[in-house]
Amino acid sequence: MNAPDAAHSPDLWPDARESRVPYRAYTDPDLYREELERFFYRGHWCYVGLEAEVPNPGDFKRTVIGERSVILVRAEDGSLAVVENHCAHRGVRFCQKEFGNAKRFVCPYHQWNYDLKGNLVGVPFRNGFVVEGRKVGGMPPDFDMKAHGLTQLKVEAHNGVVFASFDHDVPPLRDYLGADVAPWFERVFNGRKLVVLGYSRQRIPGNWKLMQENIKDPYHPGLLHTWFVTFGLWRADQRSQMVMDAHGRHAAMISRRNQGGEGEATRGVASFRQNMKLNDDRVLDVVPEPWWNGPTVTMLTLFPSVIVQQQVNSVSTRHIVPRGPGTFDFYWTHFGFADDTPEMTRRRLRQANLFGPAGYVSADDGEVIEMQQQGFGQDPGNRTLSELGGREIGPTDHMVTETLIRGLYRYYRGVMDV
Amino acid sequence: MNAPAAMIDVALRLEIHDLYAAYSACLDHGALDEWPEFFTEECVYKLVPRENFDRGLPLATLSFESRGMLKDRVYGATQTLFHQPYYQRHIVSGVRVTGVEGGAIRTEANYLVVRTKKNELSEVFNCGRYIDRIVRDEGRLRFAEKICVFDSELIPNSIIYPV
Repeated sequence: MNAPDAAHSPDLWPDARESRVPYRAYTDPDLYREELERFFYRGHWCYVGLEAEVPNPGDFKRTVIGERSVILVRAEDGSLAVVENHCAHRGVRFCQKEFGNAKRFVCPYHQWNYDLKGNLVGVPFRNGFVVEGRKVGGMPPDFDMKAHGLTQLKVEAHNGVVFASFDHDVPPLRDYLGADVAPWFERVFNGRKLVVLGYSRQRIPGNWKLMQENIKDPYHPGLLHTWFVTFGLWRADQRSQMVMDAHGRHAAMISRRNQGGEGEATRGVASFRQNMKLNDDRVLDVVPEPWWNGPTVTMLTLFPSVIVQQQVNSVSTRHIVPRGPGTFDFYWTHFGFADDTPEMTRRRLRQANLFGPAGYVSADDGEVIEMQQQGFGQDPGNRTLSELGGREIGPTDHMVTETLIRGLYRYYRGVMDV
Repeated sequence: MNAPAAMIDVALRLEIHDLYAAYSACLDHGALDEWPEFFTEECVYKLVPRENFDRGLPLATLSFESRGMLKDRVYGATQTLFHQPYYQRHIVSGVRVTGVEGGAIRTEANYLVVRTKKNELSEVFNCGRYIDRIVRDEGRLRFAEKICVFDSELIPNSIIYPV
């Protein structure tokens, strides 16, 4: 099956606008295979984790880029390496632990072993075996250990966040983030030591791009999420800013909390609950932190693989793991900072009730994405419409726009050649 | 040493089993307004991935500290969280008393929650164990602490109702 042929089908994008995405872009298996190649395996940096997850030499974390299992490891010299998780000999996905500490990677099948950077260092019976005084077997004389290491990825960490790429020609990470988006990344990750608070993992029956879109969509939070509109965490009457990189692939949605309650932004909004009062409002015990410098929320989409969340005191990374055209896994890593007081840690943990697979403002994102995928499947010739704020693509100083989604699909069509 | 467990008489054991049965029935019947009443005013309710629990990481998928927070969750699940409706069915087994401390009884039990969405087949939704602390409060047994530690590596999209 030749994927680009499917992509080139004249029927795929009949309405040649970024604001109209064909339903088939979310369901077509050939297109999906091509997305993995062009976004996850070539030309892009993908998120693999936080340095705080592998603090010591030998510490490793098994993770995923696209559909390929990889291992993030801190080598003996303290540097970070990322290697692909299958043996050069017979293909065994040898690492099955999620986290651990190792001196070598050893495949259980024939005990081929590798150093932490993925170099092959041991092959049992490589030089044969002596049976009744006669040397038998062994690898051929021209067997080159150096040519049979694990697949080694390019790795770069920026202020504690680690990215990797199968493509060694990818541009430097900060250039990849771009001058417009990088400062917002560095607002959360300014080099402070991070502390991992824990993980949440969910499987969402929807196309992976829908999660990128969800966090490039400032239109929905004040409508779908009662908590956001009622408590003034995200709604149309807030001072906001939509930022995108020069390509339109990465974005930042930035806003400032207001006091909530009734107003222009709640008129006709069915999810607004004027009289809603919490029985125990410690879940919303928000304390401003100096590094916010104003905004109470910044949501970054770093294409293709990760979202960085700051919603008041709750900070997390959300890792997108595609699993076929109709499904992705979503790994949340909640963290704090090494200089947090115990009260701040407790606050971050309490506010985590808003986020993740059961969160007051996140559980329904997954639900709605699942329902989008249901809609796409039943009417594959149709297309979505994203024209709030016009059809232009560019940064805005308000949230009543779908410009970031349009920017994403301009980039998508360019890379995918559709 | 089974000394602590031996201190629990048969009537109290049956009462503990009845508590678990009533708790499951409440959730399976969708009587969510009654759910907070199974807890003391100050309480701990956590739904925790096993990987966090085993590694000592403090993050919980849900984490509540009072009956008020449980009531807020019920309001959220029934009034504010948009979701595709589903039934749940709790299968609780192996309830065992693991200790007695002061006026509190420590118990553990396995649980399995089957989810049935409209027009769909029933599916295993969440499985794990309860690690609980039970006290007598206002004449009935209540949970002062319920930690639901789930094995399930992935949540099938979302968890809306309590487990």
